[in-house]
Amino acid sequence: MAQTRLSTTSRVIRWIDYRLPFVGMLQHELYDYPTPRNLSYWWNFGSLSGIMLVVMIVTGIFLAMQYTPHADLAFDSVERIMRDVDWGWMLRYAHMNGASMFFALIYIHMFRGLYYGSYKQPRELLWILGVIILVLMIMTAFMGYVLPWGQMSYWAATVITNLFSAIPLIGQSIVTFLWGGFTVGNPTLNRFYALHYLLPFVILGVVLLHLIALHRFGSNNPLGIDMKGPQDTLPFHPYFTIKDLFGLAVFLIIYSFFIFYAPNFLGSSDNYIPANPMQTPNHIVPEWYLLPYYAILRSVPNKLLGVIMAFGSIGLLFVVPWLDTSPVRSARFRPVYKWVFWLLVIDVIALGWVGANPPEGLVVTVGQIATFYYFVHFLILFPVIGRLERPRPLPGSIATAVLQGGGGARLGGAGAPLAKS
Amino acid sequence: MSRFVLAASALVLLSLTSLATRAEETPSPPRQQWSFDGIFGTYDRAAQQRGFQVYKEVCSACHPVKHLYFRDLADIGYGEDEVKAIASTYQVTNEQPNDQGQMFQRPARPSDPIPGPFPNDQAARAANNGALPPDLSMIVKARDGGPNYVYGVLTGYKEEPPAGVNLLPGMNYNEYFPGHQIAMPPPLADNAVTFADGTPATVPQMAHDVVTFLTWASEPNLEPRHRTGFKVMLFLIITAGIFYAAKRKIWAAVH
Repeated sequence: MAQTRLSTTSRVIRWIDYRLPFVGMLQHELYDYPTPRNLSYWWNFGSLSGIMLVVMIVTGIFLAMQYTPHADLAFDSVERIMRDVDWGWMLRYAHMNGASMFFALIYIHMFRGLYYGSYKQPRELLWILGVIILVLMIMTAFMGYVLPWGQMSYWAATVITNLFSAIPLIGQSIVTFLWGGFTVGNPTLNRFYALHYLLPFVILGVVLLHLIALHRFGSNNPLGIDMKGPQDTLPFHPYFTIKDLFGLAVFLIIYSFFIFYAPNFLGSSDNYIPANPMQTPNHIVPEWYLLPYYAILRSVPNKLLGVIMAFGSIGLLFVVPWLDTSPVRSARFRPVYKWVFWLLVIDVIALGWVGANPPEGLVVTVGQIATFYYFVHFLILFPVIGRLERPRPLPGSIATAVLQGGGGARLGGAGAPLAKS
Repeated sequence: MSRFVLAASALVLLSLTSLATRAEETPSPPRQQWSFDGIFGTYDRAAQQRGFQVYKEVCSACHPVKHLYFRDLADIGYGEDEVKAIASTYQVTNEQPNDQGQMFQRPARPSDPIPGPFPNDQAARAANNGALPPDLSMIVKARDGGPNYVYGVLTGYKEEPPAGVNLLPGMNYNEYFPGHQIAMPPPLADNAVTFADGTPATVPQMAHDVVTFLTWASEPNLEPRHRTGFKVMLFLIITAGIFYAAKRKIWAAVH
């Protein structure tokens, strides 16, 4: 791409680009980059997630300058950030709520992918890289939650690491290895801190691969049909940069509302009590974004099987491109899947509700049904519907569908500048 | 309005964690009116100072406020000299030994943390029938229900437990404490303190004032947070409007 026609006349930039073809690459990938003209605002969430990752890394680095990773000092050092560090309260609330925002964005981004079949040929690897990012995010978020060393930090670390004890024979040894001792303690906190600092940069690397895979074929779009020529596309700039910027401003309003007016709304009050190994909290509940997995874990009566299914619920996502047998990408043209998709959304919300409540009575029943349905959806409904369903006829091209009135005439188009698929 | 936005955001984000506590039998304490509620909320200085008096004269007999320093009291409206004067009424152990290598006591300075009533948790338990009086500098953030819960506990004592409830020895019945049995005896009684500004020291008044003080202790940056938030929101709303207009204009030609 080095020889891309650079639109600049600056001799300096041309001199540099001839030797280091970076400017030309940026122009090609972020400026001229042909993007389907019919992207809706659902395509904003990729770029928003990318920006959120940067916000998390920046706030995190500044927090790390003030934080003390020691079991006796961590809790007080976080309070010191909140009280005595200039703007420390804002950094910490931005980081803490940023994690929730990041997951909210990613989940919407993924459901968008599921609805419009963005994982289908030729974008399978793009999807898989995204699932890897999700797994890394869950690990990072979990370890970050442990760092303030409050009650919920300590007990979440205990419960989650103990999952590995379900592995036959070597389980207990693995748990001791993870802890760096015979209980969750200072060595555990230290290694979690080291990894919590490392993993975001690993995520950044995978995001880069995600973008390379994305730019190979370009974004999917609400019609789910391929771009067939210039009439179907618009250059990324200015059309999608401005659309993404508008989306970003709206997102920041919601994010700021939480930082400034409800900073502890999404958290657990128990985490403002210093960790106490002698006293278990009444309900050990993970953050909201992990509740569905937690619900699956608890819905299975057998511990090992529960762990396998909780991990499997994410593992399944890796093979989604091959579980879905439909030749059509977008649910707009899939009369049956369109409805089944929303059942999955409801199912996941139900699992979240189950995860938040103590496992008694109705909660247990709902949890088991919802867990069962989750697997049925992916393992049975996905392949079967793809085969039996009769998709509605696809439009000939994006341009004909969008520009000639017709059903899709409302041009929404949001582009995720960086990550759309 | 803020409550509405809060509720709407809650739905959007599937934040179901708050449902978790609803299943418990303990009734949730009624909502009170607080000066720090809402997006423009600030702390009522007079209530904070009365609350500090209640803490000092009543609560501090058993409860520390570990994260508060004397200098923090400037936030609740005390002048520099007043803070110094308050600090100097406390004796603390100097962090460093003197020239002879002896640790020594000296009057506290504004840069010192406010000392607690007990040297360690064991001493606190020994003096309180085995129960540990929790640190109060985080109490409002560390309990579901926040200020309403703390107010509920302070005012929720019943002299006689309802029929059928057997209190353990040394325990007291409280309507809003989880499980209803609380080791702390009713801390407030009418006229337990005398307010300098002439406010009648009724139990609800003292509870309200001390909760205002403790909320500030938990969340000392609430006022700058609310002020900054307002500017940030205003900026973002205008920015979003400009971006939207620009987007319409740029896209007009290709629609």
